[in-house]
Amino acid sequence: MSPELEQGLYVFVLATFVGFEVIRRVSPLLHTPLMSLTNAISAIAVVGSIVVAGEQKTTLSTVLGTAAVACSMINIVGGYLITYRMLRMFRKSGKGTP
Amino acid sequence: MIERAIPLFYLAAAVSFILALKWLSAVPTARRGVLVGIAGMALAVGGTLLRPEIVSYRWIAVAFVAGTVIGVPMAMMPMTAVPQRTALSHAFGALAAALVGTAEFYLRAPRIDRFTMGALAVEVLLGFLTFTASLMAFGKLQEILPARPITYRNQNVLNLSILGAAAGAGAYLVARPDAAWLFPVLAVLSLLFGVMLIVPIGGADMPTVISLLNSYAGLAAAAMGFVLDNKLLIVAGALDGSSGLILSVIMCRAMNRSFTNVLFGAFGQVQEGAGTAGERRTVRSATAEEAAGILQAASRVIVVPGYGMAVAQAQHKVRELYDALTKADIEVKFAIHPVAGRMPGHMNVLLAEADIPYDRLVEMEDVNSDFPQADVALVLGANDVTNPAARHDRSSPIYGMPILDVDRARTVLVVKRSMSPGFAGIENELYHLDRTLMVFGDAKAVVGSIVRELSGGGGH
Repeated sequence: MSPELEQGLYVFVLATFVGFEVIRRVSPLLHTPLMSLTNAISAIAVVGSIVVAGEQKTTLSTVLGTAAVACSMINIVGGYLITYRMLRMFRKSGKGTP
Repeated sequence: MIERAIPLFYLAAAVSFILALKWLSAVPTARRGVLVGIAGMALAVGGTLLRPEIVSYRWIAVAFVAGTVIGVPMAMMPMTAVPQRTALSHAFGALAAALVGTAEFYLRAPRIDRFTMGALAVEVLLGFLTFTASLMAFGKLQEILPARPITYRNQNVLNLSILGAAAGAGAYLVARPDAAWLFPVLAVLSLLFGVMLIVPIGGADMPTVISLLNSYAGLAAAAMGFVLDNKLLIVAGALDGSSGLILSVIMCRAMNRSFTNVLFGAFGQVQEGAGTAGERRTVRSATAEEAAGILQAASRVIVVPGYGMAVAQAQHKVRELYDALTKADIEVKFAIHPVAGRMPGHMNVLLAEADIPYDRLVEMEDVNSDFPQADVALVLGANDVTNPAARHDRSSPIYGMPILDVDRARTVLVVKRSMSPGFAGIENELYHLDRTLMVFGDAKAVVGSIVRELSGGGGH
């Protein structure tokens, strides 16, 4: 096993455990915002997309990379914005006037 | 010089994402969670833009603009459309991973080591199948496609063969990366499997399926992390993957079903002879005026919202009802079943949108002990999750499913369009109880007339 695979697997397994522990605690009340937030976070694919679009090695890779950056950007902008919008709607009784 | 700091940018981004999810656990800190998530993404994008391999920013800028132009309206959709929107964004996320995987393959092949090719095959397989599966889910939720499950003979055998063939193509590419002709085969089979996977899925199973697709989109990003040897992608993908998995497990439990049953069971076909079919049983119906009278005489009311409330867009009328009852010193709670609606937490965001305080929204485990003390349970567009058959009728397809014990309230008011069965395709024996009154009509119209009665009789 190559050292990078080994490290990668360690990171993956540990991050999965962290994910389980953190997300288990999220109140069911917020499950929809949770999904839109993780959606925005998984748009981290933007990192790989930017490199492919920016290194301009072949026309094919530039086209695919550009499309991938656009797709990721949709989720970054849309995901964070809608999560924030949803959370602003949650208010306690007696607090704030509509 | 600064590019040597890029790994630190990525590390900070990974920490931000974990904090974002940690702070999302409760309402008071949740907004801070979103902000730190945005900061993390800004660090990740900023760090990447500094990388020396990038020779031109032109197309990146074009894509940023295009993504923002599409992303902003997608964030402004009404809360009733959130399940569709979520499915669509899973499609975009998965497509991004699949496209990068495709680009990486053609840039590197045939000089590609086995481990990278393996990760690449997983990335492309998950990416493309999640892309089409999410589009199909979007189509069903948006009702462009029929929401009922579509089944045919040997469906599961066919589907698993397609998946097997795709996996086989991926495995062969790992052994022989020079067999580049197999790559399009892998892509097409994955795309096809995504479509076939959702064909037999019905509306009631969407919460589980959307959660599962959320998980796959994350895992595709994690696989990309292995291909690019980027730990940030692995962390973010793993977080997303575990989140989707937890949500789908919660959804499965809330329906007392297994993953395999959701994916291959085609729940929601009309089942002949199930439950009490054939028997003619009486129902008692009431008008909106009578319902208003019963509510007025109550001191504790529990409202049980379901998908029907979302379809009728009745949440704002429900808020008016909540206000009218609260003003009359009647205690109102909302009982939320985990699978009510089309995605996890769907009812909560709808009611929050209508300005109903979130401390009035009570989860199933906490609210069930309150039903015996409730004077009225008002069921708005929920069906199977209130069927007492789940508790005692072993022959019922929903036997064992955790339900809201609506039938234990003193009076049950059910607002419903007609007597048609719910998604499980079975009759709800709740409707035939002596304590149950059916108020037939559109949820929005009925609640509207109840509110008018209440405020008319209240003497304002």
